[in-house]
Amino acid sequence: MTLGKTTHLRRIRYGLWFLVTIAALVLGGAYFVRTISVREPPSVTTGEAAIRSEFSLIDHNGNRVTEADFLGRWQLVFFGFTHCPDVCPTTLAYMANVLDRFGGEVERVAPIFITVDPSRDTPEVMAEYVQAFHPKLVGLTGSEAAVAAAAQSFRVYYERMEEETAPDGYLMAHSGHIYLMTPEGRFEDVFREADQSAEDMATDVLARMNGK
Amino acid sequence: MMKILIAIVVALWAGASPTLAEESVRVSDAWARASVLASRPVASYLTIESAVEDRLLGVTTPVAGHVMIHAVEKDGDVSRMKHIETLELPTGERITLAPGGMHLMLMGLQDKLGEGTTFPMTLSFENAGEVTVEVFVLGIAAEGPQEVAE
Repeated sequence: MTLGKTTHLRRIRYGLWFLVTIAALVLGGAYFVRTISVREPPSVTTGEAAIRSEFSLIDHNGNRVTEADFLGRWQLVFFGFTHCPDVCPTTLAYMANVLDRFGGEVERVAPIFITVDPSRDTPEVMAEYVQAFHPKLVGLTGSEAAVAAAAQSFRVYYERMEEETAPDGYLMAHSGHIYLMTPEGRFEDVFREADQSAEDMATDVLARMNGK
Repeated sequence: MMKILIAIVVALWAGASPTLAEESVRVSDAWARASVLASRPVASYLTIESAVEDRLLGVTTPVAGHVMIHAVEKDGDVSRMKHIETLELPTGERITLAPGGMHLMLMGLQDKLGEGTTFPMTLSFENAGEVTVEVFVLGIAAEGPQEVAE
């Protein structure tokens, strides 16, 4: 009886050691894998080089357009949405101010406003909205997927934030940058409304347009 | 002509407001951007200064169904509007709501807010009680009332 009990306890002891060994292997393995992955060089994005102008969207006149339609002109691209009360009108009014300072050179520029809220910002809505800011401003919208792809190509981040009291129960968070793209569609620079006066931005952009 | 008229009205109103403010809280330079589209929220901006520690509890206006106090949080490159329930007013500190930052978001507007019009807005403070101001509707590209007065 006593012998049987001892054997039984021994079995339990072996069993427990077995479990400890397994646990040690699993944890050690996990640590090893983590260490390895941490040591992997982080995928370096040089940011600027990664920003591309690639999209297939609908303009505010209802026409399907891609980046190719804007090649040959310097592009100023801003992502936002028409339910945005502060940052978007501020930035678009600023862009309009910059455009007004280009004089005749404005013909060499394509200002583009891409919505991140396509379900509410239809081409009709975009038409009324962009025309309030500047006659040259082009509004672009499309399917959720097409807009997401466009934002991805510009490395623009946006997200839907649930906000009970907001219209339709949500707001959009987005980056407030104006991208300057070359006539070849390559990334040139990024501007933020708060960083310089409209006059300074216009001077800066004109200098680049004229190869200075 | 319209701009000059607005400038005169703003100047008169700016000059007159200190005499109105016998209360501990002074609300000045209240303005809003004109609506671009109907049924879109509009931002309104103003400056608040309180002689004693106070708290803005809420804002109402007959032109909008609901007014929210929003701060803008910059998370790297992303701007997030953050709904704040109450706005703390430390003693003697001038709090300015301005484009690209803190603003009042007016939602459920009955009509478009037209440039050159005004509307009343009532701010409820914990200590000072209710203060009603007249809000000037400036153009969609306006940066502030100073710009018009220039």
